[in-house]
Amino acid sequence: MSVKVSMKVNGKPVSADLEARTLLVTFIREQLRLTGTHVGCDTAQCGACTILMNGKAIKSCSIVAMQAEGADILTIEGVAKPDGTLHPMQAAFKENHGLQCGFCTPGMVMNALDFAKSHPSPTEEEVRESLEGNLCRCTGYHNIVKSIMAGARAMGGKL
Amino acid sequence: MTAPLIGARIQRKEDYRFLTGAGMYTDDVALPGQTYAAFVRSPHAHARIKKIFVDHAKKSPAVLAVYTGTDLAAAKVGGLPCGWLITDVNGQPMKEPPYPPLAQGKVRHVGERVAVVIAESLAQARDAAEMIEVDYEVLPAVVDPVRAKGAPPIHEAAPDNTCYVWALGDKAAVERAFAGAAHITKLDFVNNRLIPNAIEPRSANATYSRAEAGYTLYVTSQNPHVERLLMTAFVLGLPENKVRVVAPDVGGGFGSKIYLYPEDVVVTWAAKQLNRPVKWTAERTESFVSDAHGRDHVTTAELALDRDGKFLAMRVRTTANLGAYLSTFASCIPTILYATLLAGQYTTPLIYCEVTAVFTNTTPVDAYRGAGRPEATYVVERLVETAAREMKMDPAGIRRKNFIRQFPYQTPVALCYDTGDYEATLDAVMKMADVAGFKRRKEESLRQGKLRGLGYACYIEACGIAPSNVAGSLGARAGLFEAGEIRVHPTGTVTVFTGSHSHGQGHETTFAQVVADRLGLPIENVDIVHGDTSKVLFGMGTYGSRSIAVGGTAIVKALDKIIAKGRKIAAHLLEASEADIEYDRGVFKVAGTDKQKSFGEVAFAAYVPHNYPLDKLEPGLNENAFYDPANFTFPAGSYVCEVEVDRDTGATQIVAFTAVDDFGKVINPMIVEGQVHGGLAQGIGQALTEGCRYDSTGQLVTGSFSDYAIPRAGDVPLFKLDTRETRCTHNPLGVKGCGEAGAIGAPAAVMNAITDALGVRDIPMPATAQTVWRSMHKAA
Repeated sequence: MSVKVSMKVNGKPVSADLEARTLLVTFIREQLRLTGTHVGCDTAQCGACTILMNGKAIKSCSIVAMQAEGADILTIEGVAKPDGTLHPMQAAFKENHGLQCGFCTPGMVMNALDFAKSHPSPTEEEVRESLEGNLCRCTGYHNIVKSIMAGARAMGGKL
Repeated sequence: MTAPLIGARIQRKEDYRFLTGAGMYTDDVALPGQTYAAFVRSPHAHARIKKIFVDHAKKSPAVLAVYTGTDLAAAKVGGLPCGWLITDVNGQPMKEPPYPPLAQGKVRHVGERVAVVIAESLAQARDAAEMIEVDYEVLPAVVDPVRAKGAPPIHEAAPDNTCYVWALGDKAAVERAFAGAAHITKLDFVNNRLIPNAIEPRSANATYSRAEAGYTLYVTSQNPHVERLLMTAFVLGLPENKVRVVAPDVGGGFGSKIYLYPEDVVVTWAAKQLNRPVKWTAERTESFVSDAHGRDHVTTAELALDRDGKFLAMRVRTTANLGAYLSTFASCIPTILYATLLAGQYTTPLIYCEVTAVFTNTTPVDAYRGAGRPEATYVVERLVETAAREMKMDPAGIRRKNFIRQFPYQTPVALCYDTGDYEATLDAVMKMADVAGFKRRKEESLRQGKLRGLGYACYIEACGIAPSNVAGSLGARAGLFEAGEIRVHPTGTVTVFTGSHSHGQGHETTFAQVVADRLGLPIENVDIVHGDTSKVLFGMGTYGSRSIAVGGTAIVKALDKIIAKGRKIAAHLLEASEADIEYDRGVFKVAGTDKQKSFGEVAFAAYVPHNYPLDKLEPGLNENAFYDPANFTFPAGSYVCEVEVDRDTGATQIVAFTAVDDFGKVINPMIVEGQVHGGLAQGIGQALTEGCRYDSTGQLVTGSFSDYAIPRAGDVPLFKLDTRETRCTHNPLGVKGCGEAGAIGAPAAVMNAITDALGVRDIPMPATAQTVWRSMHKAA
């Protein structure tokens, strides 16, 4: 069964005819070729596919694309400024060595953006709690925690 | 002259692309005419394949092909080779049963590949794979390595399920030392099986060009040249020059992406059959059952001591589970990389280790971060700590009494340590961890109903297996050198090609620091290229913490050649004798004068050779080097872990973890700290949360992130780190390597802390809340 879906991704309207079972992440990666959103598991545990849907961090592997009909989607490709300058949260990850292989990183950043909106000055414990749904195998989380604390302060509660 | 870059905390060159979604991982590669593969995998641990019904799948929409082991056999596709030949105690070669890419006649573990479906879309391939029916005759399975011998045979080539029995050391002398010992400490334990779980699942995307009669394979590999060599020479019989292997951005490896895997072979072979690109990417469930696992040792270990706590001898018997097939380097992990590390940091004069390696109906086991060395460190450091407790000695004191202090030091287990200062790292870690204040903290914890414990681990690691000729005499079937190339451009910027592969380690920054420092260039003017056999001259890849020590040194050797040639060019330009030219960070200078030429001017002269000694010197500035190390490097360190155990629940919290490592010269402290953090988290994972479990029929019961707990952010603390430095004596940078240290030292430190908190001799890893709670209640 084919369905037509339309949404806004990184500020641009997009639409496509998709098989109804197409996951949002598959649509983003395969149809839109926005491959910064990653797939690291098949049980909604790892968080590598995290994006913002209407400003809220969600795992794009766990909904089908048509559930995002009409939604405003932000992926990692849309986070930096149009001139390429890194967003304060991205810059904080770079400055604090909050990434190694880079695979979990887009999901970490997207999740952190949502978290930091409501936590302009988070504690270490709050940051660790916010990472419950994002797995990293490289960093031991040490520098991710520091990055998010610094990035959140730099954001001052605003995306 | 520029500021020194070696030793500087420079932010990573690779970060921008990863932070903006511009990384290019294997699954991100989409080729024109792309097709998709789905594998049908065995649901049984051990079964005979009676018949495979593929007709429905073949007729399914958009299916291009279905292949089984029969098709591959008819096409004379070979089995996967093992890269290290271990010789049995009886002088016989190890048993090497065939490892076909698709099962032939029998399946030997859950997840083994039985057939592959290739279709126009991934969904169509998966739908069709569901339609394949396999008629199995289920056979009894064995999963416990200790029961493998005598269980129904898994391979005809190994009727007793034993691959080899191997030994190292003087058994008779060790027996004599034990007979005369004042005290013997004995422990029986399991080094738990782990599942690596790099967050990027394995992937392979192969394409064939009839015009070029050549293949290109994009693959999640830590060593693309080795992948190409094994695949072309041993499995597919292809000319190596017609195969390009690209390992683009790779999302973590930890050992699991060293190996040649069946899926890589199948998609490469199929790409030519279909004349279309074929892509396969593992679902996480497939990763759990098909990525090589790690560890899985069952060990009895004994330490003999004199009355003063001096170590007299060590005796270790280990059964190592190799799984159902010999993975690429499986055979050398529980032998060459394990028994040789049993001296640790100590002068134990006599050591004997016997290893029985067995086949079971489980996923193949191979190197996983540390690879043999965490297992050895666990043996040594659990024994030492237990001996100290039994003899009522201070655990730090008993270590100091036995530390190696004279270098070079020849151990009784083949290795010769070139340098180290174990006292320095232990002193530093005890101070940083405030060991002196532990008693007070323990009392405070007790008041809050928590049991506090402190544990040490003083580990040694051997990095950069070498030299090739010695490794070859021990059974290695590959060289262990590394290659590097420096290509200087006419305007003086530089592209460096390395055979090392970066999949998180930050080589693009660290290696650029080394080159930019030596050439006096801004780091932006140096680019590092890796991971593509069509660009990089050759490479043995990244494993065993070898990149900086071996790959970095190959780059330094190539730099030496660049500078030697630059000196000749500069001498000509400055009208001086070559012997009078001094070089320092990008400046060629006539000694004792102010006459000088910059590196950029020399590079330009090499490519625009108008004023140039063409009669004596070729134009251009491009050099390569192969470096085969004279010895391993020996990073070492001291870790202190402090835990609190909740008396009611058994939950263990790591309240402090302090690590002081000696990695020799550190190029980028920020990156090195990151490597230690990650290693520590994986070591803590082994100790506290990660335990691969099979049921008695060989079903993997920890087959998802819901069942197999890799550490989450809440499971680990902020780490306290520092380094001490004794430089490696046999490479020019004085570097040793840092990638695996944390995973090697952490498990013993954590378990020493937990057993200290509980006041018990031993509990098994992972020390989950349930395990700890049961131990407390048993003890009570």
